[in-house]
Amino acid sequence: MTETYYTKEHEWVKIKEGVASVGITEYAAVQLGDVTFVELPQVGKVVRQFGELAAIESVKAASDIYAPLSGKVTRVNEVLNDRPEIVNEAAEDAGWIAWIEPADLAELANLMTREQYDQYVRGLA
Amino acid sequence: MELIYEKSVAGRGGVRLPAPDVPESGFPEELRRGEAAALPEVSELDLVRHFTNLSRRNFSVDTNFYPLGSCTMKYNAKVLESAAGLFAPFHPMTALLPGGEEHAQGSLALLFQLGELLAEITGMDEVTTQPLAGAHGEMTGIMLIAAWHRAKGHRKKYVVVPDSSHGTNPASAAMVGYEIITVPTAPYGDMDIELFRQAMSDEVAAVMMTCPNTLGLFNPHIREICDIAHEHGALTYYDGANLNAILGKVRPGDVGFDVIHVNLHKTFGTPHGGGGPGAGPVGVKKGLIPFLPAPRVVREKDGCYALETDLPHSIGRTANFFGNYGVLVKAFAYILMQGREGLIRVSEQAVLNANYIMSRLKGHYDLPYDQTCMHECVFSASRQLKHGVHAIDIAKYLIDRGFHPPTVYFPLIVREAIMIEPTETESKETMDAFIDVMIEAAELAEKEPELLQRSPVTMPISRLDETKAAREQNVCLG
Amino acid sequence: MSHCPSTAAEIGEMLAAIGVAGVDDLFAPIPPSLQARSFELPPGMSEFEMLGRLRELAGQNGTHLTHFIGGGSYEHLIPAVVDHLAGRAEFYTAYTPYQPECSQGTLQALYEYQTAICRLTSMEASNASLYDGATALAEAALMALRITGRHRLVIDGAVNPFYRKVVATYLADVAAEVVEIAPKEGLTDGVRLDAALTAETAAVIVQNPNFFGGVNDFTRLAEAAHGVGALLAVSVYPVSLGLVKSPGEMGADIVVGDGQSLGNPLSFGGPSFGFIAVAKKYIRNMPGRVVGETVDREGRRGFVLTLQAREQHIKRHKATSNICSNQSLCALRGLIFLASLGREGFAELARLNHAKAEYARRRLAAVPGVTVVDSTPTFNEFTLSLPRSADEVVTRLLAKGVAAGVPLGPYYPDMENCLVVTVTEQRTREEIDLLAREVEGALWS
Repeated sequence: MTETYYTKEHEWVKIKEGVASVGITEYAAVQLGDVTFVELPQVGKVVRQFGELAAIESVKAASDIYAPLSGKVTRVNEVLNDRPEIVNEAAEDAGWIAWIEPADLAELANLMTREQYDQYVRGLA
Repeated sequence: MELIYEKSVAGRGGVRLPAPDVPESGFPEELRRGEAAALPEVSELDLVRHFTNLSRRNFSVDTNFYPLGSCTMKYNAKVLESAAGLFAPFHPMTALLPGGEEHAQGSLALLFQLGELLAEITGMDEVTTQPLAGAHGEMTGIMLIAAWHRAKGHRKKYVVVPDSSHGTNPASAAMVGYEIITVPTAPYGDMDIELFRQAMSDEVAAVMMTCPNTLGLFNPHIREICDIAHEHGALTYYDGANLNAILGKVRPGDVGFDVIHVNLHKTFGTPHGGGGPGAGPVGVKKGLIPFLPAPRVVREKDGCYALETDLPHSIGRTANFFGNYGVLVKAFAYILMQGREGLIRVSEQAVLNANYIMSRLKGHYDLPYDQTCMHECVFSASRQLKHGVHAIDIAKYLIDRGFHPPTVYFPLIVREAIMIEPTETESKETMDAFIDVMIEAAELAEKEPELLQRSPVTMPISRLDETKAAREQNVCLG
Repeated sequence: MSHCPSTAAEIGEMLAAIGVAGVDDLFAPIPPSLQARSFELPPGMSEFEMLGRLRELAGQNGTHLTHFIGGGSYEHLIPAVVDHLAGRAEFYTAYTPYQPECSQGTLQALYEYQTAICRLTSMEASNASLYDGATALAEAALMALRITGRHRLVIDGAVNPFYRKVVATYLADVAAEVVEIAPKEGLTDGVRLDAALTAETAAVIVQNPNFFGGVNDFTRLAEAAHGVGALLAVSVYPVSLGLVKSPGEMGADIVVGDGQSLGNPLSFGGPSFGFIAVAKKYIRNMPGRVVGETVDREGRRGFVLTLQAREQHIKRHKATSNICSNQSLCALRGLIFLASLGREGFAELARLNHAKAEYARRRLAAVPGVTVVDSTPTFNEFTLSLPRSADEVVTRLLAKGVAAGVPLGPYYPDMENCLVVTVTEQRTREEIDLLAREVEGALWS
């Protein structure tokens, strides 16, 4: 079963068979505007929940991307090096940024469900 | 319009060079460059047409009203160019040769006297003219602060800035190895003093302030802020970008600032040059003098000027020579011409002009801080946003009407910000014409937003695809 | 003078529109306790009196000197078109081109400038200029540290001593170790530079021609650096690029330099511009402004400031540098200079410089007791060894209106008798002959 969880900084994490894939939400991608560059993390990088994972740039903005879970980066979406626009086209699917081997799935308790995230975003407007 | 390379024809000659009066000489083959660099090959007439026509694609202070907030686009007196020309032939190394200072007395005197004038204007004890730009001055200033703390054995980690600060403030502090603490602006338009108190600790090296701030507002608690900083063993840094508002009225040195920089290309009327060169002299209080960049210009007892190079505590050098000398000459000339009464008139007129524009536009645009402003005022296009019109659309429409737009989207704390700084050199008719078009734009936002969204349509190009530029990174012709 | 056009009547109208009685009311937010304690400045004056005062000051520089000095600043010819075109107010009273639709003049000129720098240096990408050559070298050092993530820099002691000081100042608060390789008898010590490269080195930094005037081929050093995953950064004298092998051809990763010699007057050391050029893969790491090509809504070509997300106004404390401005007008002068000389003219200028310097070198080497230190080829600068203190000789010649060279004593131990002589195309044969005669006179009479 694939469950997706969300952070206050607009990252999402999908857990499938023990692997967590991570990206930014549609909302964040719209806020950023046309993505021009994604600074992918190094494979092997160890991250803490809510610590710096990656960075993303658009024409007018630059943003840090924070890890939704602690763990180790096992894969990065190299395609984004040549086609960063995929983040705009499919932020929550093909625009994934990295895979993390989670250190402690109990950390999911610190994240939001889809419903909670949607409500959170409504509150921001 | 074609690039100059596209106009080139192989074999077309350039300017004729002087004939050699010495024999030709060989240069080893293995050290020669492969092929001559593919520089343009155009006749002088084509060269002149190219750049003359290019220049006509620019708006400039000399052709258009240019109310860019935070940039102080005042009139650049033509005589300043003549003044700089007088010092063009002098070689900087002359002053550094043994017996050379004698041949640089005039050049050194100007540096020293400019430093004295700037020190008096800002209330500081000594000024270095070495920094080559405002941001360069900020970096130099923070380095001076870091050196001061090091000499005292302080362990400092942070620099505090308000969230309204110009990006160069945190960027400069980061270059010197500090972490940044940002303090929010309160609803009354100044840095929230309670949150500032909480953010302060004994680990803070410096607090960087702009006054008036980037909203154009004067913070009446500025001395208190400096006192709080000093209580924690931090030094205070004044970003002089908005000095035009307070010339002759307030001096940062009197208020409690330890280090300041001034922007000669803003306050002191030197031209912006399309983005540079500028100059960012730094002023300090006595305690920081030993750390100033080397060399320093000194006046000896006999009235002669010399370069002091034996400065064991100096942070070193921040530029190759003495600063952007040509720019320094222009600022010196500007100050001499203005004199005391002229500089006071500058700030009074600058503040009057900005308040005039603010009072006439406030019915038409949201004014986030409805209080007397100083030399610039910040509106928000949030009212127009309800019709789908952004600050950028207002800006682009102004271009079609012959005005350079005000600064937009800065400061970051105001949504759809429009920052207007007319400066003291504009006439009422010019400002009235601008006000009329701004009012028109507000009306069009309601009635015909698409017109604004389509603009500009009268320029050689319309809105550009900035995403394509960033993704393709074509920065030089193949 | 103020240049404030408002008449008393207009001021009255504006005050009425605002709803205050006088200008003082607008300064009411300023508490009296904060008012200026002093503002003791002389009264203003007309532009005519100001020019008189400045002429007097300039006159205090004494008699005109014939320059055989360099040290980072070079007296070169400047065609009349440079002043004329860069003096157009649409260029010099414009601001940074943040609104591209009304700034295509500046933007296209900067794109053409970037192209010129790339072609001169044989590199793939350039920015729209930095402050000067010294700060450009410091930025190159910081760039190398960022790109490699390493903490060690190797720098040739034959790099301009002022530039090395600026690099040291910039690195003072950064976690980096700088290893300086002293020159060997006035020569770049290639062997020791090579030996200093380790797996911790971010970059090796050299200058061509070096401070002594010596020209080197750094191709082997580039290979050695790349072999340990380090970068080669070269500071280059642009006029030499009309003749000498360019750093790009040698395999350099970052090329910097000072553009004063391209169309900018001496002006006592400024303003000038720094240039930087890199391999395309490092473009995001390059500090400063960059102009890029794109199209507008109608598909027409246009130019725009790009990659701004790297810069301080967006990234703030995480920016690639704090740099806000570039030296736009000085870079424009450089471009016009290069376009005025053109492809062939620039090569001819370089040859002329070399020829004049070679002539001077021969004449001076013929003075009894004088030897030339450089054993590598030189371009338009070379180092002489004198039988006595170079300071003495320079002082004597200054009194005769000749700046004979830069004595090396203050910068290099054991080189007090050495002098770097610079000869550009501006020096005539007669001036060179006079220099030789006067040096001989200073040594032997």
